[in-house]
Amino acid sequence: MVRKILVSIIILTLFIGTSQAQEIEKGDVFIQNAHVITITDGIKENTDVWVKNGIIHQIGNQLQVPRDVPVIDASGKFLMPGIIDAHSHVALGAINEASSPITAEVKMEDVIDPFDIGIYRALAGGTTISHAMHGSANAIGGQNITLKHRYGTFNPDELVMEEAPRTIKFALGENPTRVHGRGKNLQPRSRMGVEAVIRNGFEEALQYKESWEAWNKVKDQKNNRQVPPTFNSRLETLLDILDGEIIIHCHSYRADEIYMLIQVCQDYGIDKIVFSHVNEGFKVAPELAKYTMGASVFSDWWAYKFEVYYSTAYNAAILTKNGVITSINSDSAELIRHLYHEAAKTQRYGGLSDEEALALITINPARQLGIDQWVGSIEEGKQADLVLFDKHPLSIYAIPQMTWVDGIKYFDREEDKTDQRLKVDPEETLEPMFLHADHINCMSDVDFYFTGFGRNLFEHNH
Amino acid sequence: MKNKISILFLSLLLLHLPLFAQIDGEVIKAFKGDFLLKNARIYTVSSEILEGTDLLIQDGKIAAIGKGLPEENHLVIDCSGKRLYPGFIDSGTSLGLVEVNSLPETQDYMELGKVTPQMQALTAVNPNAVAIPVTRVSGVTTVLTQPRGGYFPGTAALIQLNGYTPDQMDAGFRAVLMNFPSAAKAGGYDSRSAETIQKEAEKAVEEIDAIWEKASTYHQIQEKGGEVDYYPEMAHLARVVSGELPLFIEVNAAKDILSALEWVKDKEIDVVFTGVAEGWKVAEKLSEAGIPVITGPVLALPTRKSNAYDSSYANASVLQKAGVKVTIRTQDTENVRNLPFHAGFAAAYGMGTEEALKAITLHPAELFNVADKLGSLEVGKNATLFLADGDPFEPKTQIHQVFIDGYKIPMTNRHIRLYQEFLDREMKPEN
Repeated sequence: MVRKILVSIIILTLFIGTSQAQEIEKGDVFIQNAHVITITDGIKENTDVWVKNGIIHQIGNQLQVPRDVPVIDASGKFLMPGIIDAHSHVALGAINEASSPITAEVKMEDVIDPFDIGIYRALAGGTTISHAMHGSANAIGGQNITLKHRYGTFNPDELVMEEAPRTIKFALGENPTRVHGRGKNLQPRSRMGVEAVIRNGFEEALQYKESWEAWNKVKDQKNNRQVPPTFNSRLETLLDILDGEIIIHCHSYRADEIYMLIQVCQDYGIDKIVFSHVNEGFKVAPELAKYTMGASVFSDWWAYKFEVYYSTAYNAAILTKNGVITSINSDSAELIRHLYHEAAKTQRYGGLSDEEALALITINPARQLGIDQWVGSIEEGKQADLVLFDKHPLSIYAIPQMTWVDGIKYFDREEDKTDQRLKVDPEETLEPMFLHADHINCMSDVDFYFTGFGRNLFEHNH
Repeated sequence: MKNKISILFLSLLLLHLPLFAQIDGEVIKAFKGDFLLKNARIYTVSSEILEGTDLLIQDGKIAAIGKGLPEENHLVIDCSGKRLYPGFIDSGTSLGLVEVNSLPETQDYMELGKVTPQMQALTAVNPNAVAIPVTRVSGVTTVLTQPRGGYFPGTAALIQLNGYTPDQMDAGFRAVLMNFPSAAKAGGYDSRSAETIQKEAEKAVEEIDAIWEKASTYHQIQEKGGEVDYYPEMAHLARVVSGELPLFIEVNAAKDILSALEWVKDKEIDVVFTGVAEGWKVAEKLSEAGIPVITGPVLALPTRKSNAYDSSYANASVLQKAGVKVTIRTQDTENVRNLPFHAGFAAAYGMGTEEALKAITLHPAELFNVADKLGSLEVGKNATLFLADGDPFEPKTQIHQVFIDGYKIPMTNRHIRLYQEFLDREMKPEN
């Protein structure tokens, strides 16, 4: 018996030991003679990039590297930083906690699905980082998580980009008013209500803070007969927003609602806010430039619902030319595979330069996620998230060839083995087929509220 | 003299379009005229590329193609350094039938019932749909617009993207649509067992067979001069049975494609398969059957998690290389303007630019029996074409001018007007 216990303890210790030792894998690679698109320092022709232990160690010409470093001949090819998607729902097991107009306490960190084939497909399109977001059902939704596409791990935690600051989802307009107002007869039913819900949330958080401050003053006093306030993770999160510890990423479409939230943020001293989708952002571009961390937009989506009827594909160009930090995001398992192409569309619609267009999917989303000191450009000392294209990435004919995260190659077109699933359901006799209408989107997990009127509303709904 | 003045006026209009666009109340309309497009690189599609060549548009047609055509009284457009292409044709859209995708009151693509072949898409096309000018400035001049839903959703119509009435937009082709029953498990929501799915698909095919039988009987009675009751569904399907109207069959899963091949085998009708998302799995079979394919969207997810990440990009190319006649569609409404990008991805993933170009010009024109009017730049064909400063598949390329049936199309739309209005905007002054 004693022996049995002893063996169990040893096994247990071993297990704990290995799980603790699980370090994120980092790699070495020497990419030789590429057109290096640095983003922050122009294009460097016929240049080498030496990656050491997951970090860009050196950029230069005819670098000498140790013999054991794997060499990639990139002659004639284009190397750019890994693409960053500032609005995605890839690798998530759930999207919306649609039970209340404010659900700031929930975390997407808890629903990461490392088996999602979407991660591999994103890598095959050169996307190395995605901002995995809560949905848009609530005025204040859950906390998002920034993921690195380290496909192959079974451990959800290994997908998390540890350095990334906390972010939270807000949502304005049709979605929260439909879910709560129309769906459940709860405020918000209108854009007036959305503002009220957000302001009330912040006010409640401030009162909560005061009650704790009051408690902290008296708690050590003798004869203290007061009871401490109840801990509330929802209000704690709202306080963290007010303290500038969390970046807001707000689902929004119309200019008036964007302007409203800018004013609310001004009133509460919040400057860490990024507007997402923001189809009518072009109408309030100067305000976005002055008061926010920018806008993350679609390249050309419009007319799929009424609040995007008055949009323009020139949105990204107008925003960029007005000095707004602008990114192009996917919000789609399909678009995340070709964000380089989505960025290229800004050259047709508004004539952005190569540099401006590529910033939309690299350094700009990095800034919006607060991770630009580590990723988003090819610079010595930055993390080696890289993608190699056969042609200039803004050309329609460009095909991503290899993609690295932390210097580890996770995609190689030559070595792609067709079926890249990490697990197969042993009970599955018939593999489901997905036609294009079946995208994951912002309004997933809420359609059960709408059995009464038209589930088809959600066919293409963001 | 009067003529000269009007030419002068029109030339001024040509030169100063952007300026005129900003004048209060100014409306820019499409207008017809004799246009001489000088010194272009002409992508005829049907034959070789012509360098430094002129193209004359007269009475809505391509009147001449050649070097140094006389200027006479024509409106001359200098095309030096630019290229001319035939207008692109999207072989599957809902353009004109939907205004805002999520608003049921603006959706006119689906009628009640499973068997509504006589429903005419052209009837519901809104010539003033905001998406139409948004689409055509990209060089997409002609689209097949389709009803959806049920076994026989209705009759698709080929339309050109200019005109004040559906009649004016009619490009002269109709096809009856059919959705082939699927034995595939439909996405994540489908909780039916494999057996149930198979049984339901077989039952649906039986239902379609029964409908077909009825239509054949109807046709036979008509042919022999018998009296038939008013039965618009059957009257319309009878025209398909007789071969008067072609049948476009939407089918996507590999297994379903094989069943559909079996289904059409003994029917002597003109058939095109549409969708064909998993065509790459059964390309040889499709090729043997000699059935043309309209595939797309190219920019789409693989149909199954186990499929290669690029299977949708490469599908058109695999089919084309197997010998199938391939046409590309977007299956979109508001973003039909992306057709050249779908073709571009197909080109990059194996098809090559030349074949991909055919897949959105000459091939659809042939498929729709309008190759005498559309699909290539040849004398006598409709002047439905556009001028670009580079490869139109490349996002960087600008489309400078579109002509539809000889009409010079205003190169503006709501997206462009919003850009012009909001690019430079004042802020509220600080207090």
